[in-house]
Amino acid sequence: MRVFTAAFAIAAGLIVLIGYFFPDQLGSLQVVLIDWAVIIAAMAVLIGIYNLIAVQMEKIRTRQKGGTYGALAVISLILTFGLGLVLGPESPYMRWTVEAIVVPVEASLMAILAVTLVYASIRLLRRRMDFTSVIFLIVVVIYLLAIVPTPIGAISPFQDFVRQAVEMFSSGGARGLLIGIALGILLTGLRVLFGIDRPYGGN
Amino acid sequence: MFAFGILVFAAVLLLALTLWRRRTPASFRTIDAYERLNRSVGLAVENGSRLHISLGHGSLFTQRGGSALAGLAMLRRLAERTSVSDRPPVVTSGDASLAILSQDTLQSGYRAAGAEEQYRFNTGRLTGLTPFSYAAGALPAMRDENVSANIIIGNLGIEGGLLADASERENVNLIATSDDLSTQSVFYASAQEPLIGEELFAAGAYVGAGASHDASLNVQDILRWLIILAILLGAGLKILGAPI
Repeated sequence: MRVFTAAFAIAAGLIVLIGYFFPDQLGSLQVVLIDWAVIIAAMAVLIGIYNLIAVQMEKIRTRQKGGTYGALAVISLILTFGLGLVLGPESPYMRWTVEAIVVPVEASLMAILAVTLVYASIRLLRRRMDFTSVIFLIVVVIYLLAIVPTPIGAISPFQDFVRQAVEMFSSGGARGLLIGIALGILLTGLRVLFGIDRPYGGN
Repeated sequence: MFAFGILVFAAVLLLALTLWRRRTPASFRTIDAYERLNRSVGLAVENGSRLHISLGHGSLFTQRGGSALAGLAMLRRLAERTSVSDRPPVVTSGDASLAILSQDTLQSGYRAAGAEEQYRFNTGRLTGLTPFSYAAGALPAMRDENVSANIIIGNLGIEGGLLADASERENVNLIATSDDLSTQSVFYASAQEPLIGEELFAAGAYVGAGASHDASLNVQDILRWLIILAILLGAGLKILGAPI
């Protein structure tokens, strides 16, 4: 069975990949395989939700710390899921659920994150006092000075110069990092395609 | 066809270098974060604590899946190495298919180590389906489960800052990286040992995942040099006025 799953995964991956280069020969088969993958992904969400419920129920059952929040999460999930099935995702009540509960909660986390990042920057030199950390902080401060509005209005020449200089260096550096990341993704994908890495439990 | 040529070239190099690396193990420069990771694994086994591995929310159906696969490769090796521990690592992810694969990878790791009975399906968890709900769901795992090291590797956005902050509050080791550049800068400011750029994809090689991972790093280096040469050549031709 394991050999079969590995062979199927490798064949499907190769067909989808090569289909991009030879669309006339493999394009239709590629579309079919991607459609199957989309269906499997949708089923995976249901399994994932089951996993989430099971983990929270375990917390409640064994009276672990945070069990109350777990119960709240499970009840909210069941209510939202049930409402979604009955009313449909386009219902105004469903939209209200998202806009009045989910969005504000995530916005609050975003606000906490802003404070957290400022705090992390302040503590950076205590954690790691080295040349690159100093440069990192200096660039952050200079760039912030260049983009924030000042009480006397914009200091255009300074701000324009800083913005251009920082963006020139940062875009060059970012491209270098992105090339490295792209190469890493390419090689990771090839390892999976060849069946060397089998995250689907084949080895 | 040029892209296809590069792909075939990379594939051939990978296979050839994997065979070579099986006979001649590679030696790489020291990366402090992976040194700390290896120490943390040993420490977790010895003192009965556990590792928390966060794989992010990179869907395998998007370009972000590459970092998730790199995280899974590392997870597989860590599962094997911690199979003797009383407390198996807990893995959180923000994508359903990734959560299922993390369970499968944990099980494979234990099976390979001859300790399949150690596997618990609730150690591979989906904690949320949006970036912030994922982070909010992962925080209790970092706080309440006797974690001695947090390893964040995969596709995360700036919400990774919340995880890094939680790790610092609990005073546990944090090894963090993402394939997102903004998040890398967040981790640079908040992690003890950040990983920059493509160092994320070196995880397998540095935790001893095998010759193919060593070979991958060699192929990346070769391709990077070819790109550098191509850029220099292009710049030179442009200066000379060639129509490129």
